[in-house]
Amino acid sequence: MSEKLSRASNHLTFLRTLERWKPAEIVFWVALVAVQFVFPTSLVFASQILITGLFALSLDMLLGYAGIVTLGHAAFFGIGAYTAGLLAAHGWQDPLLGLVVAGAAAGIAGYLSSFLLSRGGDLTRLMITLGIGLLLFEVANSAASITGGVDGLQGVAVGKLLGLFAFDLYGKTAYAYVLVVSFLLFAFVRSMMHSPYGLALRSMRENQVRALAVGIPINAVLTNIYTLAAVIAGIAGALLTQTTQFVGIDVLSFQRSADLLVMLIIGGTATLYGGFVGAAAFMMVQDRLSNLNPQYWQFFLGVLLIVMTLYLRGGLLGGLGRLAALCKRRRDKERS
Amino acid sequence: MNPILQTRDLWKAFGGLIVTKNVNLSLARGARHALIGPNGAGKTTLINQLTGVLRPSSGQVFLDGEDITRIPPNARVHRGLSRTFQINTLFPRLTPLEAVTNSILVRERKGLNIIKRRVFGVSRRVNHVDEAYHLLEQLNLAKDCLVETHTLAYGKQRLLEMALALAAKPKVLLLDEPAAGVPEGESDELFAVLNSLPKEISILLIEHDMNLVFNFADRITVLVNGEELVTGTPTEIAEDPRVREVYLGKGH
Amino acid sequence: MHSLLGVLFDGLAYGSLLFVISVGLSITLGLMGFNNLAHGVFAMAGGYLLVTLMGAAGLGFLPALPIVFCAVALGSLVLERTLYRPLYKSTPLIQVLLSVGIIFVATAGANFMFGSGQQPVVIPEWLGGQLSFLGLDLSRYRLFLMAIVAAITAGLVFGLERTRFGAKIRASVDNQRMAESMGIRVDRVFQLTFALGSGLAGLGGALGVDVLGLDPSFAVKYLVYFLLVVVVGGPGSVFGTLLAALLLGVADVAGKYYVPQFGAFIIYAAMIILLLLFPHGLLGRRKSK
Repeated sequence: MSEKLSRASNHLTFLRTLERWKPAEIVFWVALVAVQFVFPTSLVFASQILITGLFALSLDMLLGYAGIVTLGHAAFFGIGAYTAGLLAAHGWQDPLLGLVVAGAAAGIAGYLSSFLLSRGGDLTRLMITLGIGLLLFEVANSAASITGGVDGLQGVAVGKLLGLFAFDLYGKTAYAYVLVVSFLLFAFVRSMMHSPYGLALRSMRENQVRALAVGIPINAVLTNIYTLAAVIAGIAGALLTQTTQFVGIDVLSFQRSADLLVMLIIGGTATLYGGFVGAAAFMMVQDRLSNLNPQYWQFFLGVLLIVMTLYLRGGLLGGLGRLAALCKRRRDKERS
Repeated sequence: MNPILQTRDLWKAFGGLIVTKNVNLSLARGARHALIGPNGAGKTTLINQLTGVLRPSSGQVFLDGEDITRIPPNARVHRGLSRTFQINTLFPRLTPLEAVTNSILVRERKGLNIIKRRVFGVSRRVNHVDEAYHLLEQLNLAKDCLVETHTLAYGKQRLLEMALALAAKPKVLLLDEPAAGVPEGESDELFAVLNSLPKEISILLIEHDMNLVFNFADRITVLVNGEELVTGTPTEIAEDPRVREVYLGKGH
Repeated sequence: MHSLLGVLFDGLAYGSLLFVISVGLSITLGLMGFNNLAHGVFAMAGGYLLVTLMGAAGLGFLPALPIVFCAVALGSLVLERTLYRPLYKSTPLIQVLLSVGIIFVATAGANFMFGSGQQPVVIPEWLGGQLSFLGLDLSRYRLFLMAIVAAITAGLVFGLERTRFGAKIRASVDNQRMAESMGIRVDRVFQLTFALGSGLAGLGGALGVDVLGLDPSFAVKYLVYFLLVVVVGGPGSVFGTLLAALLLGVADVAGKYYVPQFGAFIIYAAMIILLLLFPHGLLGRRKSK
């Protein structure tokens, strides 16, 4: 069984194609670099989209790859945001130090709370994540002397990046900083999802009973991915604090968790890019419609969700994928 | 030689309902051992205790002489105890190649360092992917190994059930009604695969199809109401009056 | 001592309301395993309908209540047919998303039609004011609430335990496949139960305008409470739901009265702890699927 396969092996090529960076992906990141120069006036908004996209990526690790539904993911975003904010407000102003500490704090919180998720069914889990999120919001609200409560954390002053680049009003430094951090984390998550670990994770999402019977230590993997996703969410939160120099209590709100879920669904789960695409679509439409009337936005979003759950599974990227498959089939037919 | 898999006074009760009653099962090395019994005899409950999904109320399970009663299911797989499921329990949106490679990589987990496990792509594990492909080839699944599992025909999915279990290189294989639901015409393929399994793998087979049981097994245990009624060779079982009563006497 | 009894009384009244609203959700979850986070929308609809009936249509409080019940029950049947039914077999995620969508639409709709402010309701005079009992001043309206809940509970328990339809519901909750094979049309049973539960939620929403308040964010604000009642009580169990609702009502009122600085902290902490201790609910049945 172990002798090497000598002839050109289809199956290996198949796996390699799955793992290789595709042209569309390279275009995606090049386009994001281009934004820096093409839209110099919208960089503040663009960095917020990117931060939200990174946050959505961390949710995709849980929802898309591990199959965990959570309504409280903002908890880790908020922990990261407050950690970075408090550090900067108390004199530790180096942004990279802030990122690392914020990621670590969120990671510890994620690690600890992951043990609460190992019991009960889907609904119980959902409620526990929801409860943790709401609980943290209340904590931040009550501890106003530390967090600033509903008024938000004031006096966040962030130092120069690498001691060289100051954060400017137009968001030039901020955008470049967010883009580099996002790309590095994305590349890491991407390779992880294609690794043996990622394969085990997907198999767990597909069928927990079988995954256990194949020898995967399910609870350990759950703890692991939950911690990692919390770290990335925490870093995203820290990025928001550092680029806006402010922490509002809404970083911990239920609305943020729910919106995030919606963005990821709009973009498409388990695609890695769904979070970024969904965040961009969501935030740009929201920006337009909310200016008109915030109720229109909510109504529209609700209808969109209902229609999507009933008719359009897979989100924008899933739809594009199906379209591409359709075109390919048509082309194949013409050829034959 | 000591048996490869053994239970000692295994007992399981849900509240007042006793589903496993003092079972002392012993699976010899290289055996083709069948476990039969009427519906509700507690066969699947027994399998679940062997694999660790259920914890017995009392008694012990030994694998190759080691007491594994308190070891979780995933660790039992690493010690060489694999199973298949009566109802297809597969990964619908993974391809068979990915699914079997996954089983192999889980088996080889200890041999991979953290970078190989977490960062490098699956395709770099050339030997393991090839091994998966060969296994699929042996089970006549090579042609279908690159499409998602949920698109496969039912019979092919039954074969994949076996492939996932075999990929763990088990010492003991528990087959829970491998032919369940497979139409007559397609079952030959499955039986051929069963018969070609190497002797190093000891097999415990749960099956309703008596033809298959008497052709395949060299030893048979009859389970009734959670209790071992009798164990013996196929001829002994076929002639045992108590077995006849269980199967024929009550209008079966 | 008096304040203790007062808190207990208010808590029980509050818990009674939570029960009327949540019991339908409990059955929906127990029977079909549908994660309907939008259940509060039915309560909200009941509240707005009551306000409209009493205001624009000039109806009295008592005659308006049965109309609210029937209207919400009928409306929920339409939703069940068009939105919920296609997703019974879906994953929890899809069901959660659908219900979040429904909540969004309902919130925006309520905002659009009634504005964002609190809705006033005029309680009839004979229900207003206090009743002195053993030196305690008890609100008449809250007593009325508890009486209604006692009647509804008695009705539900009688209906579930003693009627044919109740037997069908219990059979379907216990083992759907078995019930189907016995000739029970589970989907029909569910449809009627869904309508009944939604009607009760509407009734609860109408009764609760004076106690819980009513504004467009109602469905989100109380979402956690309804879910909590159901999850802690154990989906599908009427008594469990009642017990959980009363416990929660008393705990919440006591928390807000004695340690207001903690705000909603206590309720969330209690929820997490209860869920960890009883992952299948206080009186929950383990479903074997």
